Amino acid sequence: MRLLEIDDLQTHFFTSGGVVKAVDGVSYGVDRGEVLAVVGESGSGKSVTGLSVMGLIDAPGRVVGGSIRFQGREIANLRSAEMRRLRGARIAMIFQDPMMTLNPVLRIDTQMVETILAHQDMGRAEAWAKARDTLGRVGIPSPDERMRAWPHQFSGGMRQRVAIAIALLNKPDLIIADEPTTALDVTIQAQILHLMQGLVEQDGTGLVWITHDLSVVAGFADRVAVMYAGEIVEAARTDDLIDAPRHPYSRGLIGSVPSRNRRGARLAQIPGGAPPALDRPEGCRFAPRCSFRTHGCEKLQVLRDGVRCWRAGDLPPFAAALTGTAS
Amino acid sequence: MVYVIRRLLQALFLALVMSFLVFAGIFAVGNPVDILIDPDATQAERARLIAQLGLDRPFHQQYFIFLGNVLQGDFGNSFVYNRPALGLILERMPATLELAFAAIMIAVVLGIPLGLYAGLRHGSVGSQAIMAGSILGFSVPNFWQAIILIMVFSVALGWFPVSGRGEVGEFLGIRSSLFTLNGLHHIALPAINLAVGHLALVIRLARSGTREVQAQDFIRFARAKGLSESRIVLVHILRNILIPIVTLVGMSFGGLIAFAVVTETIFAWPGMGKLIIDSIRLLDRPVVVAYLIVIVVIFIILNLLVDLLYSLIDPRIRLDGARQ
Ligand SMILES: Nc1ncnc2c1ncn2[C@@H]1O[C@H](COP(=O)(O)OP(=O)(O)O)[C@@H](O)[C@H]1O
Ligand SMILES: [Mg+2]
Repeated sequence: MRLLEIDDLQTHFFTSGGVVKAVDGVSYGVDRGEVLAVVGESGSGKSVTGLSVMGLIDAPGRVVGGSIRFQGREIANLRSAEMRRLRGARIAMIFQDPMMTLNPVLRIDTQMVETILAHQDMGRAEAWAKARDTLGRVGIPSPDERMRAWPHQFSGGMRQRVAIAIALLNKPDLIIADEPTTALDVTIQAQILHLMQGLVEQDGTGLVWITHDLSVVAGFADRVAVMYAGEIVEAARTDDLIDAPRHPYSRGLIGSVPSRNRRGARLAQIPGGAPPALDRPEGCRFAPRCSFRTHGCEKLQVLRDGVRCWRAGDLPPFAAALTGTAS
Repeated sequence: MVYVIRRLLQALFLALVMSFLVFAGIFAVGNPVDILIDPDATQAERARLIAQLGLDRPFHQQYFIFLGNVLQGDFGNSFVYNRPALGLILERMPATLELAFAAIMIAVVLGIPLGLYAGLRHGSVGSQAIMAGSILGFSVPNFWQAIILIMVFSVALGWFPVSGRGEVGEFLGIRSSLFTLNGLHHIALPAINLAVGHLALVIRLARSGTREVQAQDFIRFARAKGLSESRIVLVHILRNILIPIVTLVGMSFGGLIAFAVVTETIFAWPGMGKLIIDSIRLLDRPVVVAYLIVIVVIFIILNLLVDLLYSLIDPRIRLDGARQ
């Protein structure tokens, strides 16, 4: 039994302009102690997938199909009281902008202690001590003092550490981290990445790491799911994906990452932009930007053997393809 | 501390400027001698009185004499009552303060929950009804509301007295009609009348604040922590929307005191507003001057309190002005 298993998830937004199929048949899973990276350009539906798991999709959005099983239990349409018991306790989430995720008018200890008391029967003093210990665990110096500080007295990186500490408070089985390092400096990014890696290793927590930046994935994630326009286009072990991406979009993503062995080579940008959510092409959604497009790509594409491209088997080896897209 | 001292100095300077404006304004209005002196008085008597009142001196000298007297708490005697003007005003102040206080309490205690509800259930029937009501509260003139209130609740239903202030009780050394049943009975209608406009404002502020705060990431994070809906609303949202509401309350409290005139007149409420209207009508200059200065001081004190309250609610505003 997997820790989290999403199957054919459909999350749609019923807007005045039409139905935005933000998540359109997404499936992925995570095991205990495993790190899954969900990669894709902005707008591909990564956050909406994560929020669907948390039961945090607000009107006009709704999970309209598919299943989300957590520890074998279906949670896609759980009653709100039961979902609340899971949120922040068994499944925690960290968000992108650490400047915005802490309430500016509440002290750090208030925001931590309330998280414990929402889920555990515990005295306030005990909860406070536990929160302080967790703050120390995420590498915040003199946690006793910092507990009494206000969010604006922390730097961005330190705030993200506080958010991580809050996520850890109730020893969750799964953490969904939605671009937690995107808003931070590169050096801080590396620190946070390192911290998270250590923490999930120690606790055996499953981690879904959402990012639009493939470069952070190598050496960190066990597996990668690549999302494009509301769908998974490729899912593979990290090493396999980086060495031999099979979907043209994955190839493009990897080709656009600066890397040591290709130093000096021109970085390939995927031409064009993602299709608007309300006007996606029939068949392969990536086709308009794909350099391997041929007759037949207008057919509906299914995820077969971990890749959503009917030509995946016929494409030239990756290195050759790289120069192909770059030209 | 530096901050408090700086604010106090600013307040003092402001008070000084206002005293000058008030004095200059009154000076420009006309010569009080015309009212004070018997038209049949001889030229000599006239000149003697002018000298006695100091009205023959140049403007700046008059101002400094006035300022000196004011600093000693002497605003002169009322022409009408022949008693110290300041004493007259301070006598009426409790009645006005309690009326304004009751009105603010009504506006806040009803306005915040209604605005929160309207913001959280945006688009619902209840929310739309509240917003429609608040527009009504804004647009119906105060005096007209007062008359309707009296006609419906005093005359037709007979639930409340038509006018006047009730018995005064004492609690913790404060004397107020809010402490007796009879007093509450009397203050209900005028307080509601005074509150309606501000109630509408508080509702609107609370609603727009709620909608704004609700969309913030930290609310989403609070929900991701598994907090109960009531904790999110009553702690996370409320604490944030209180900032603009505290400003409004502080600012409008001064306004309520200064402009309770209409309500006090209609309900025959024995407060400062009614006194000032009578004094203006009778050209009782010392009372008018004293009233204006008192109002200025009240405004300054309220501003100061609002700023201090701010720093309690919003940690980003530090009293010492330092940012860490
Ligand atoms: N509240 C909403 N109303 C309408 N559309 C939305 C809403 N939230 C997200 N979407 C749409 O869902 C799609 C996916 O968004 P998101 O999951 O945030 O992308 P990502 O996290 O991959 O950058 C986007 O096209 C966006 O327009
Ligand atoms: Mg996102």
